[in-house]
This record gives sequence, structure tokens and C-alpha cells, in this order.
Amino acid sequence: MGALKSVFRLLGAPFRPISSVMGRFLNTPFRQATAVLLFSYVLIEVGIPFIPPVFGMPSAPIPNTVVLEYLIIAIVGILLWVSDNEQRWSEFKQPIHDILVQPDRRVARGALFVIVPALVAAQTYFSAQPDISAPPSFRAIHPAPPSSITFQGEQMVLDGLENPLRSAGSLEEHYETGKQVYYQNCLACHGDGLQGRGHYAPAFNPAPLSFQDAGTIAMLTESFVFWRIAKGGPGLPNEGAPWNSAMPAWENFLTADEIWSVIIFLYEQTGHDPRTWEVEGEEH
Amino acid sequence: MLKRSRGRWSWLEASLPVAIVVAIGLLAIAIEPLAAQGYTPREYGDFPIIGSRAAIWIAAQLHLFFAAFVLGVPMFAVVAEAIGIFSSDDRYDKLAKEFTRLLLVSYSATAIWGAILVFGLITLYPGLWGYLSEIFAPSMWVYVGIFFFESFTLYLYYYGWDRWKKGRAKWGHWGLGILLNLWGTAVMLIANSWLTYMMSPPAEVTPDTAPGMVQFWSAFANATWMPINIHRLIANVVFGGAIVGAYAAFRFLSAKTDEERAHYDWMGYIGNFIAMSALIVLPFAGYWLGREIYEFNQQMGTTMMGGFMSWLWVVQAFLIAVLFLAGNYYLWIGMGRIPGAERFMPYTKWMLLVLLIGAAVWATPRNMIANRAEITAMGGQFHPFLGVLGVMSAKNTAVNFMILTTFLSFLLYRRANKKAVVSWEKRGTTIQGALFVTAAAVVLFYGVYGYFVPSIVRIGFSVYQVLAVITAIILVVVIDMLMMRGAKSRGEIRWGEMPERSQYALFILAVTFTWLMGLMGFARSGIRQHWHVFEVLRDTSVDAATPALGYASIVISVCVLIFLSLVAFIFWVGGLAEKPVISGVGGGATSSAPVAGDGET
Repeated sequence: MGALKSVFRLLGAPFRPISSVMGRFLNTPFRQATAVLLFSYVLIEVGIPFIPPVFGMPSAPIPNTVVLEYLIIAIVGILLWVSDNEQRWSEFKQPIHDILVQPDRRVARGALFVIVPALVAAQTYFSAQPDISAPPSFRAIHPAPPSSITFQGEQMVLDGLENPLRSAGSLEEHYETGKQVYYQNCLACHGDGLQGRGHYAPAFNPAPLSFQDAGTIAMLTESFVFWRIAKGGPGLPNEGAPWNSAMPAWENFLTADEIWSVIIFLYEQTGHDPRTWEVEGEEH
Repeated sequence: MLKRSRGRWSWLEASLPVAIVVAIGLLAIAIEPLAAQGYTPREYGDFPIIGSRAAIWIAAQLHLFFAAFVLGVPMFAVVAEAIGIFSSDDRYDKLAKEFTRLLLVSYSATAIWGAILVFGLITLYPGLWGYLSEIFAPSMWVYVGIFFFESFTLYLYYYGWDRWKKGRAKWGHWGLGILLNLWGTAVMLIANSWLTYMMSPPAEVTPDTAPGMVQFWSAFANATWMPINIHRLIANVVFGGAIVGAYAAFRFLSAKTDEERAHYDWMGYIGNFIAMSALIVLPFAGYWLGREIYEFNQQMGTTMMGGFMSWLWVVQAFLIAVLFLAGNYYLWIGMGRIPGAERFMPYTKWMLLVLLIGAAVWATPRNMIANRAEITAMGGQFHPFLGVLGVMSAKNTAVNFMILTTFLSFLLYRRANKKAVVSWEKRGTTIQGALFVTAAAVVLFYGVYGYFVPSIVRIGFSVYQVLAVITAIILVVVIDMLMMRGAKSRGEIRWGEMPERSQYALFILAVTFTWLMGLMGFARSGIRQHWHVFEVLRDTSVDAATPALGYASIVISVCVLIFLSLVAFIFWVGGLAEKPVISGVGGGATSSAPVAGDGET
């Protein structure tokens, strides 16, 4: 602080620590609330996409719907804070009251009555403007699997079903088979790194799933994954439609063993463990 | 001519029997199926304009709202009466009586909506009703019997209040309160068996199983019966507390005197305290129910948590956040009327911050609503940084932190006007602080560790998190009770000196609880999809498709509006009939008001 003071003195500028400048500006609850709101907005829009990469963590811009959610939470929080104390609440309301009724604030009042409706009008105009992109839609995370399916003409009960290849033959062989199946059939969309970034991926909406993500196959049983591969987009349930999935029904191209093999490959390659069935009375 | 004529007659004569035979034959063909069928009851009825499903939905939902209220209130009415007996404090006795008065006027509304529901089922879903009644007939008779006893116990409990006021008679009266709770709980357990059977019928029951062949007890005590019982038992207390709080807020805002304001301020505090205390344990019961549903059927579990019902959980996250925020906000404002609370006020902004971060984590969807450009910018369907907040590890951690924070608010509120006199006060407070930190550390550790273990192991972690929080709460309360024995008062609570906006927090709590019950009840019921009885009795009506979330939200919101309007009317009518006797509580700004922590906390 002393060194900083010397620098200011050398430059001939009056030294004012940031805290005192901030303290002078942010000396009313209204200003503090406004500053917190602005800070929240910057944190959400800029901080979250750009700060984590500084620490080696991946991040990206947040969709507008989530920005709105976070801002609503921030606004509610700010309003609760300014109103949970009688004195702070009166001080918070004071500038709003002044600008609405004090005669010497006529110019500011007039400006406010122009600026606020203009901002609302601009927001309405831009949000209602036609756009070539498809509107965002609600999507379910996991479709609900049926209890049983017909696979290549045969009934298959999914509830409690385990991967039969895990108890038959060599796991390494199954892994190699699965790898071959994956690179022949799945690579184009789900990518070399199993991150859903195959060379076709940018053309799809929704994007192909990343198997590396802790929220996809790591959350599912192998029978669920079998059902999704076998039945693909056409086999998705009516509930939660439209799914808009481009995933083919692989039962038309692959055998059951090939599908089970590729499932082994997915789990082995990503390092995830499949969800196991809970046995009643079993302790974990 | 004659010959010609004879010839024509002979043709007629010859053809007439044939015509008759053909006519009889045709008639027989037409009649034969009817004769063979006899009378067959119809499967479904039709309700004008809104349709059968919406009609039965509204009737069931409104019956449930009233039933939850009349089952929840007796629980804390009987506790308040007990506090009155043990502490010889007449205010608690009066409070218990006022609770019961609300109960009395709500009881008939519960029965009316129950009758509407039954008549609705008989006329609109006769097939389903026939099926269920064939399995559950004995329990339906028992239900009616218990309901009869419950009603008369309530009449005795309320109208005998002033007659059995002293000595042994008072204990007998309190026994009636206990009995009322037992009858009410039994009624709920029976009704829960019917609806849980529809969700989780025993494995041996198939579509080919005749209802008469279903074993009664296995149908009654089915897989989700007990989790629903526990969840509803706790939720009823929460709901009852919230409605009582809203009633008190209404009375507070319309109060004419300081005495009335003080009384209803106190009542509002008690309502909020009951609702928030029970709310703290409710997520654990809900988690158990969810886990049982998933264990019963993977399809149901996935539909509920990850499937198309998953968006309801984002809505629920917001509503739960509203509950926690409103409950805490009410306490923080309430500190303004407690001498000595100023020393805790600087901490409220940090507690608010924890609650807001918890709300943000809970409201972060796993699958964000994003357009094509936003998905491209994220590099996939999930956000690379925020995506980790979309799974249960993060949500469980967030809710446990919110629970700990809410408990801390209560603790500070309770201690606000007290000064401990025990020598180990400092050490005790340090231990309490250490317990909070330890619980938070355990919650955080398992929350983070959950990302590195298989799902089946991660599910178990939530139990450790819950145990850490519950243990901390119990130990902190025990230490606090010992530490505050004989504590000096820093001043009386100025009951009635609450800003009006605080009362709207109580309204928000009641509305949010009601809405939440409807929405999540739809999630529970809707996961059966196109089945009346899951995978046993298929819904073949025109309404077999699961309703869209938008439509469901509208129906539930209408139910909430009807319920709150009826409750407002019933409370108003109840107020006309009898004014509560207000004495001892408040009686002016700083009179002998109950001291926070003197029993009521």
C-alpha cells in the first residue's frame, strides 16, 4: 500500500484506496444492491465461461435460459437482503421514492420514464425478432426404458438384465470386438475420444452424447444402454417427444453380441462403471 | 281372374312364412349378441367440458389438500396442549384449541371432497373402481368405521375442551387428542395402500390375475406403501403448519388491537416453526420414496428423475428454494423484535448467500434449454462446467447445506434474547460450531467424492450426508438446551411489532407448499403413464396419454386456487362463529409474551 502511495505521489495524483472510493460510492443500500446485481450479471455471463479455464477446468458460455434463472435468484436474494432489516429497507426505498416524487429530480424522472420503457421495448423487439435457428426446447435427460423389448423378433426382459458377455469368454476379446464395432459404426457421430464430437456431430441437434461425461452411461445400467443402441431414435417412447434423435436402430445392423461388446468397450474406454441393479437387502 | 287372384294369394301365402322366418332370423341375429351379453357395466363415464380425468384429478387433489391439513393439525394441536399441561402455561392450551377450531371447520370440507372423489370414481371410472374394491373391500369397510370414530373423537375433543379443563379430566381430554391422531393416521395408512397399489402392485400380480385372486396383505403393504406413509406423515405436519401460519398472517394483517397483533404474530411464528422444522426432514423421506420407486421399477424411476417428469424437479427446485428463503426471511425479520438479536444480524447475509448458492445449484438443469448456437458454444448437450451441478451429488449437497443454514437461523433466533449463565458457555458454543463445520465437511466430502464412484455406491452416500446433518442438529439442540438452562433474558420479545411484509412470507409459504404438493403429487402419480395399475390394469380411456406438463400445471394451479379460496372462506366463517379468547400473549408491545426457546422452540 505504501509503495502504491509513493507511485501516486510521484505522478502527482491524489491517492485514494479503492476501498474508500467504493465506500464513498456504495454508501447506500440501493447502490450496494445495484452493484451486487451488476456483479452477479458479470459473474454469470463472463466469470463462469472464462474463470474456470484459468484453473484448467473446461467451461463455456451459459445458455440464456440458465442466465435468466441465475439472475432471478440473484434479484430475489438482493430484495431479501435489503428488506430483512427495517432501517436498510427504508434506506433502500429512499432513492426510489425521491426520484418519483421530489421536484428537483424532475429531469432524472423524465429520463427514467423514457429510458425504462425504451429498454423494455428494445428487449421485446429483439426477443420477438424472427430467427433462423430452431427455438430451444425442453428435453428429458434419459428416456424411460420399457420393462421388456422385442429384439430381432425375440422377447428380451430388460429389468435386472446383466451383460451376458461379462460372464462368458474373454473380456479382452469382447473389448476388441466392441472397439471394432465402435470404430466402424459409432465413430462418425460420437467421435474418436467418445466425447460426442465426431465429424458429423456439428450437424446434429441434439448433439451426439459424450460417453466421457459422468452423467451419461455412468448413470445407466448396461441393459438401458443396450436398449438405446438396439432401438435408437425410432424406438424412443412417446412420452417426452419430440426427441429429434438421429441415432439409428442398430438391431437392424448388429447382433446382440456385437451390441454387448460395444457396451463393454464404452465402459472400459471411458473408465466408467455401469450402474448395477440394486438387490433388496444388499448393503453398499 | 279368380285363378289369377288365387295365384297371387298363393304366392303371398307361400312367401309369408318365409318372410316371417327370415324376419325372425334377422331379429334373432340382431338380438342374439345382446341376449348373450346380458348386462355389462361400462368401463368409463364421461364428464362434461373438462373431461373425466380432469374432474377426478381435481376432486382427488382437493380431497388430499384438505386431508393433509386435517391430519397435520391434530399432531401439533396435541403437542401444544401437552406443553400447556406440563408448563401450566394457559397460552399453549388456547393455541391448541384455536388450531382445533380450524380443524373442525375444515373437516366437513375434507369429507365432502372425499365423497365427490368416490362418486367421481364410481360414475367416471367404474371399471377401475370395481377392480380396486374387489381387492380392498375389507379395508374400505374398516376405513369407514375408523372415519366414523375419528369424527366423533374430534367432536368430543373440541366441544369438551372447556368442560374437561382441570385435573384428571384434562389428561383424559389430552388422551382424546392422541386418539384423534391415531384414527387419522390409520385412515391415511389405509387410503395410501390403495393408491400405492396402483403404483407398485406386487410382482406376482399380472394383467391376467383376477382381482379376487390378489392376496390382500401383499397388495396392502406393497413396495411404496411405507415410504409414502412416512413422506405424507411428515408433509402433513409441514402443510398444516404452513396453513396455520397463513391463517395467523391473515388475522395479524386484519387485527384491530395490539393484543390481537401480538397473539397472531406469536401464532404465525409457531406455524412457521412447525412447518420449517418438519420441512428439514422431509427431503430425506422424499429421497427414500424416490429410491424405492427406482428399485421397484427402473422405468418408473427413470421417467421420474431423468425422463420427461424431470422438468418438474427444476420447478420443484425453485419452489423449495422459495420455501427455504421465505422461512429464513421471516425469522430474520422477526429478529428485529427481539432485544439482543442485533449481534447476529451481520451473519444473515452470509446465510442468505449459502441459501442462494444452494438454490442456484438445485435449479441448474442437467440438460439445459439451449438453442443450436448455444449447444455449439457449449460443445455438446451438457455444459462443461455447470453440467456437474445437474446430478444428484450436487443437489443432495446443496439441500443439506440449505437445511444446515436454516437450522442455524433457528438457533440464532432462539438464542437472540438469552444470555447463558453456565461456566462452559464458550466451550459449548465452540463445540456447536465444530459440529456445524464437521457436518458441512462430511456433506461436502461425500458430495464431491460421489463423482468418482459408481452410481450404486453414490446412492448410499446420501445416507451419510443425511446422518451427518441430523446428528449435528440433534447434538447442537441438546447442547443448546443444557447451555441455556436458567439463561438470563436480554429483554422480552416485542410480539406484534412485525412489519407487514413479514406476513406475506407466511402466505408465500402456504401457497408454495400447496402448489408443491400438487406438482410433485402429479409426478408421483403420472409416472404410471398409461396404466391405472402399473403394468396390470391398462388405462383404455380417451385420456390414457400422460398429460403434458403445461396442462398439468394449469390443472394443479386451478386446484390450488380452489383450495385456498375455500380455506379462506372456511376460516372467515369459523371466525364469525367464535372469536378466540386472547389473553396473556402480547397484551401490548412488550408484555408477557412467550420467550423464544421457552418451550415453543
